[in-house]
Amino acid sequence: MTRKKEPIWIARELSRCSGCRKCEIACSLFHENRIWPDASMIRVFMLVPGLEFPHFCAQCEDYPCVKSCPVDALSISKRTGAVLVDKKTCIACGKCIDACPGRIPHMHPREKHVVICDLCHGNPQCVKVCQEGSWNVLRTVPRKDSAYKLYARKPEEITRDLAAKIYGKIGEEYL
Amino acid sequence: MILGYAGKFLDIDLSTQSIKETGFSDEVLKDYVGGRGLAAKILWDRLGSRWETVDPLGPENILLLLTGPLTGYFPGGRTCVSGKSPQSNGVVGSTLSGEFGVELRCAGYDGVIVTGKAEKPVYLFIKDSDVELRDASGVWGKDGKQTVAVLTKECRELLQTRYPRYGEWKEPAMVYVGPAGENRVRTAVVGSKWAHAAGYGGYGAVMGAKRLKAVVAKGTGPLPEVADIEKVKRLIKKVCENVYEGEMWRRWGTGAAGYEVGAKTSSEPIRNWQEEWHDEKSFGVDKFENRVWMKQYWGDFGCPTTCLKLSVIKDGKFKGAITDNPDYEMQAYLGPNLGIFTPEENVFLVSLIDDLGLCGIQTGNVMGFAAELFQEDILTREDLDGVELKWGDAEAFAALAKKIAFRKGIGDVLAEGTYRAALKIGKMKNMDLLPYAVQSKGISIGAHGIRSGKDYPEIISYACSVQGGDHTSTASLPLDGGGSELMEIFNDSGVYCNFNSFAVSRNVRFDFYEAVTGLELTREDWCFTKALKVLQLQRAMLLLGGPDLKWDPKVHDDNPPRFYKPLPSGPYKGKAADKDAVEEYKKRYYEAVGWDKNGIPTSEILRELGLRDVDKALEKVR
Repeated sequence: MTRKKEPIWIARELSRCSGCRKCEIACSLFHENRIWPDASMIRVFMLVPGLEFPHFCAQCEDYPCVKSCPVDALSISKRTGAVLVDKKTCIACGKCIDACPGRIPHMHPREKHVVICDLCHGNPQCVKVCQEGSWNVLRTVPRKDSAYKLYARKPEEITRDLAAKIYGKIGEEYL
Repeated sequence: MILGYAGKFLDIDLSTQSIKETGFSDEVLKDYVGGRGLAAKILWDRLGSRWETVDPLGPENILLLLTGPLTGYFPGGRTCVSGKSPQSNGVVGSTLSGEFGVELRCAGYDGVIVTGKAEKPVYLFIKDSDVELRDASGVWGKDGKQTVAVLTKECRELLQTRYPRYGEWKEPAMVYVGPAGENRVRTAVVGSKWAHAAGYGGYGAVMGAKRLKAVVAKGTGPLPEVADIEKVKRLIKKVCENVYEGEMWRRWGTGAAGYEVGAKTSSEPIRNWQEEWHDEKSFGVDKFENRVWMKQYWGDFGCPTTCLKLSVIKDGKFKGAITDNPDYEMQAYLGPNLGIFTPEENVFLVSLIDDLGLCGIQTGNVMGFAAELFQEDILTREDLDGVELKWGDAEAFAALAKKIAFRKGIGDVLAEGTYRAALKIGKMKNMDLLPYAVQSKGISIGAHGIRSGKDYPEIISYACSVQGGDHTSTASLPLDGGGSELMEIFNDSGVYCNFNSFAVSRNVRFDFYEAVTGLELTREDWCFTKALKVLQLQRAMLLLGGPDLKWDPKVHDDNPPRFYKPLPSGPYKGKAADKDAVEEYKKRYYEAVGWDKNGIPTSEILRELGLRDVDKALEKVR
């Protein structure tokens, strides 16, 4: 994937996720130079085995997290459309987590700031590894005027839907 | 401290509920690495002097859950489970995939050492350095899938309550036992993620006997620091790129083999190994792929292969069955070995075996053994508590599996595993039933036969392995060759999935070790010094055995009698293992690994390897 100049979005096809967590590995290696799943900006949830999916920022069209920040630590990258966290300003109050319809941001495990996908300055590493292995759960596309907010969903909600799709009715007893 | 390790181990005594941290010297870690190697060392040091008297299902046994320095780095993370085996009375390094090993290392621990026995059912909950024993009475008796559901919910709620501002907690990872482990069934597994299992060794019974239902881990730290992260990144890429070239292996995993190993190499167990050939296209991987796989690729931490597939039966008689692939071993042992040749029946049985916490290989083997005794009118319908154990009847085998897991009726005898069951039923019937038992030193033989000579195991693979019938740890020469047990010891000690190492040169694993730890390790040094030492420790504990059984190499370093009977069908009809050839190969193998003509490690080799105390202990069996 070549480096895009216009804002981008990561298209996602959750039910194809193998649960390999290569996206977490790539993300944390890029941002922390360590394999550090809990510091990764993309996290693969597997609340029920077989129903794995990557959970990461959907860059809602109205950016409720940015609006909720009491100290203006969050901003929107003009180049990529990503939510950028100013680590020094962030007070780790968690208001952005509550404002996010999918409760997607989480606290950095060691430092005092929230973790939100920064789209790797326009060349997302998670997409790269997902495509290298041809799982193709993730794909970089130009950002359009779409209802991205639909993708900002809580892990339990996504799990419930995947259970219906993959397991059918029987999946309910494992939720 | 050596890089690549978290540097700490948890040392838990369930009898006194004490939770301590412990560690090992750099020298020990350099020599034994982790996982299986370290397990052999810990068990020898702590139990070696009284090995023969240690009851594997007693509180004195030690349950080990160990990672290695490569866990999480080498693509495809695993965890090694060990202890004194209730199957072989020796030591088995039994690995299972899943997220547990990675979570544990991120929590700051390389392993968990469990002794004693809890008064009431408990589970261990590890959140970084906060470690606690919690009441498991709510999940005791629950099957695998339910256990995962309840404990995932409970532990996530705990985390949300304790860290309300963190955000959404991902599920912690866990290993657990099902009802079979609770009931001390010798073919019980330590499981994870519904369908993964450490089967060989029977450590589910050890965990259950300790009343330890599960170990749950959530680690928020990074994987331990490595010596050369850039080199590690390059090696990960190298392993993955090689894997990506193998389209069929990724697409089908071992799932193609349920048909192929029967039809092509003629080495698949069929009706308790009465045959090893079938050409049943009804069991072709295409039928699995299109009829039951709801997910084409399913895998664990960092895995490029994702050879697992998610199988779901959505309607019909077996509605509600969910499992992985099934992988080849499960296909074979809970398929053709029981006379079953459809994906749906196979998935149904594998799902049930997962839920009960049984090992599909060991249990499929003992059920095949029972079915052949029924075929021969040795076991009657009455003996089987009314079960008509006919080949191909999936529901009859399901009924029997439940009896085994709960030790009901005949299940109580079969729960002892094939070897012990053969002795017990033999005594009952006043017959020698060992010719029907396809096992080696208490461990059922993996679903790869040796008679056709076309599969990978060799004629001494199982006879001379320190892990008996374990098809993932087989003996062969040369000692530094790809199929050598010494190379398998590296996979199980570095603790990663060897399926991802097939496509790259054998030395890549040693490059990986060096990039992670900063220590140089050559194949020669590994095979002829370090791994050989682990092998001698395992051999010594296997031969000391006890308390209920002991192995005599002159008798037990051999193939099951069935492998000397000519194959009755297929392209290799008439072929069998040749006794003289076995003896000749055995002699060469003994010499190569430093065992005397009776199969006992010589004083010379033990002293050379610095194992004087082992030498002394073996005087008893010389």
